[in-house]
Amino acid sequence: MNRLALLLVAALAPWTIAPPAGADDPRTEAAATLKRDLKPRGITTLDLLVEDGVQAVCNRTDDKPPKELAQRLEQDQLAGIRWPADGKLVGDWKSGERIAQNGRGMTWSDPAGTPGGGSCYNCHRIGPEETSFGSIGPSLLQFGKLRGYGPDMQRYVYGKIYNAKAYNLCSLMPRFGHVGALTEQQIKDLVALLLDPASPVNK
Amino acid sequence: MTRALALCAAAAFIAALPVPPAAGQSKPPAVERDATTEEFEKFRAVLEADNPAELFEVKGEELWKTPRGPKNASLAACDLGLGPGVVKGAYVQLPRYFADTGKVMDAERRIVHCMVTLQGFDAAALAKQPFSTETRTPDPVALTTFVAGQSRGMKIAPPQSLPQERAAFALGREIFFYRAGSYDFSCASCHGEDGKRIRTQQLPNLTRPEQAIRGYQGWPGYRMTGGVMHTLQWRLNDCFRQQRFPEPEYLSDSLTALLTYLAVNAKGQVYKGPGIKR
Repeated sequence: MNRLALLLVAALAPWTIAPPAGADDPRTEAAATLKRDLKPRGITTLDLLVEDGVQAVCNRTDDKPPKELAQRLEQDQLAGIRWPADGKLVGDWKSGERIAQNGRGMTWSDPAGTPGGGSCYNCHRIGPEETSFGSIGPSLLQFGKLRGYGPDMQRYVYGKIYNAKAYNLCSLMPRFGHVGALTEQQIKDLVALLLDPASPVNK
Repeated sequence: MTRALALCAAAAFIAALPVPPAAGQSKPPAVERDATTEEFEKFRAVLEADNPAELFEVKGEELWKTPRGPKNASLAACDLGLGPGVVKGAYVQLPRYFADTGKVMDAERRIVHCMVTLQGFDAAALAKQPFSTETRTPDPVALTTFVAGQSRGMKIAPPQSLPQERAAFALGREIFFYRAGSYDFSCASCHGEDGKRIRTQQLPNLTRPEQAIRGYQGWPGYRMTGGVMHTLQWRLNDCFRQQRFPEPEYLSDSLTALLTYLAVNAKGQVYKGPGIKR
């Protein structure tokens, strides 16, 4: 079996792959060591340590998967996006700004069942007035003004926030909708923050 | 400046962070944030002349020398890798392999091992609440601060001559790059590139020697947020929390491996001793 095929099988059904012969595979040892040393706390459980298909491929290719494989897996991720039933993708930008500011969610110190935030400012410049912003992701200032406000752009932004890996398989950005970190309404509100012409982002 | 005055100044400075944006004003923030970092560095320099971490070094030294625990023994016979009782220079030469346990151990792990074997303290009890709170600084924290202080001004020099030590480094590197969890994060998601920030916090690229030392520098550290003393065991614990992973067990192999990866990457850089953290 060639390398691509192996990766593909690993991606589609990682649990069917037996660990490589010999316990000296460092990655297998790393996963086993983490599983042994980490303990569930709060909402974090040990199943979080099991790689899904995307993580498995990105971990095994240093985040540089072969193009063909990446495209196939991106399509799978795209197909898993749940689009709003009402067809509306743009919510309230003011609520979106609060969600973008909120860095809570999915840690062992976060309560179960409470919607967290998008942690957006941790990595992106967004609104013009917030000077405390990170630089891991690109600046989103003037996002709509520069790229347009149309239906295609709305669909892209909703999809990107829902599952960034549908567009760039090993993106550093979390899959907020896919893992249930943000609700449909929260994602709509973030779309509005970037794409409502009235949002300060586009002033 | 007296210590109290310095702390007041620091508190006032911290209270002023982050700088609230003036309404309706749009400035070039990247430049401004760098200025903020510079200001903090100036305050750090002032404070380090009269460093609160030194109080914990003194307390740790007393704990080290006093006969304590069920066996009423001091830690004078504790071997941190350079021979029984040798503390000078030990911190910067850890993690290392210890034949008596068959394990690679980092500083705090080895100190706790000595507390258990020499003094008779209960390992499970020490692991129960290992991190400082406003009202309590666990003994291993003060002891680690003392031991770290005895390597002030020395170069980071973790041994890699034994296969177990090289294996710990390799394991640490794998864990560092292992993406999983609800946000698909690895350590490298935040610490694998140069010049990145989370909000205004500068992130060292821990894969590079001249920046990996920043993961070491200032730890054990007096953290102004909360005003408590913390070691690298706490720092890594909080990284795992923010990574959206489950909680690593105190003194576990995963943490020793990561500390080995960090120490080897920082090799040759000068450790300035226990310090101050934001």
